[in-house]
Amino acid sequence: MKYILEVNQLKKEFKDFKLDSISFKLEPGYIMGFIGPNGAGKSTTIKLIMNLLKKDGGEIKVFGKDHIKHEKEIKDRIGFVYDQNYYYEDLTINQMRNIVASFYSKWDDKQFNHYMSQFNLNPKSKIRTLSKGMKMKFSLAIALSHHADLIIMDEPTSGLDPVFRREILDILYDIIQDENKSIFFSTHITTDLEKIADYITFINDGKIVFSQSKDKILESYAIVKGGPELLDDSTRKKFLGLRETKFGFEGLTDDLDLFKRNFGDRVLIERASLEDIMVYSVRG
Amino acid sequence: MRIIVSNSSNEPIYEQISKQIKGMILKGELKEGDLLPSIRGLAKELQISVITTKRAYDELEKEGFIQTVQGKGSYVAGQNKELMREKKLKIIEDKLIEVVRESKLLDLKYEEIEEMLKILFQEV
Repeated sequence: MKYILEVNQLKKEFKDFKLDSISFKLEPGYIMGFIGPNGAGKSTTIKLIMNLLKKDGGEIKVFGKDHIKHEKEIKDRIGFVYDQNYYYEDLTINQMRNIVASFYSKWDDKQFNHYMSQFNLNPKSKIRTLSKGMKMKFSLAIALSHHADLIIMDEPTSGLDPVFRREILDILYDIIQDENKSIFFSTHITTDLEKIADYITFINDGKIVFSQSKDKILESYAIVKGGPELLDDSTRKKFLGLRETKFGFEGLTDDLDLFKRNFGDRVLIERASLEDIMVYSVRG
Repeated sequence: MRIIVSNSSNEPIYEQISKQIKGMILKGELKEGDLLPSIRGLAKELQISVITTKRAYDELEKEGFIQTVQGKGSYVAGQNKELMREKKLKIIEDKLIEVVRESKLLDLKYEEIEEMLKILFQEV
């Protein structure tokens, strides 16, 4: 098995949205961040991978196997964190645990209890009484307690404070100490990814903009800043995204040499963050 | 072992790491046969990606500073004495180039630099 997750030409059409033949793949041992603005197709893609939605076309392979033909076996090895609470609100954590545990062949109570105490969760609490952050912690504890080889998470860090987000990053690092395991997660908090992600897949309006190693991405883009007098129509076209004000401009480029050649010291060149890349690419 | 990574530096993170490890080897703080932290362990400690750490180690291996044994880890490689001296000289040369550049910015003359160097050689 070369790839732990492989999405090929995946299609899904709704009335007002189309996932347009998207493809990407992830090797074992790495973390891939899945970014894009709201409504770009992140959750749809994840639901299709998990077969919670029916695809209209294309192919999804997990652990080298078709995700529908081998659904049961595959899901046993995936730790999944949803962006919403899919648990019964009236049950306690412990009761819910008992139900979920029975689905997994490698359920590990010791591991689960470890996370309960690490996350300061009381197993006797009713799920409805948990705060948003606590529910997320509970979902994470479930996802991480059956020795999954692939962790798939939909917006796991949204709604969490920075302290706990760091804690999650540490847990994710622990998981990939095993070079056969991988993590795929969608987020719009790109600073988390700037640290931990090996690969970034950027989706916008149902299309993949890029799926690349993070280092390569951050090396190939830059922000160029300069005074208003430097801009004319042909220069404007050379930016992937541009913001102009009375005092100057700021733009995103993936052709840094061009700007260095044409403007030299007259422009300021800075490293682009993932957020810059996302914002400028979406807004244009 | 000390490695400090700056996220705001213009120098790529993999280069910061390989430079610092190289420095420790050249200064003799890391010796032949010393085991380096695992790629994944170092990524966790420094809170950077596995690919970045891997690239740093790949660079060090390419330049002959370390050796990676499959399944065991990465070790400081035995250094050829002559080569080592050459590498150290290269570091000094790089630093001197920096000095020359800065001096030219300040319009200092060669003789002034020589004078400074003379004094420093006696003092340090």
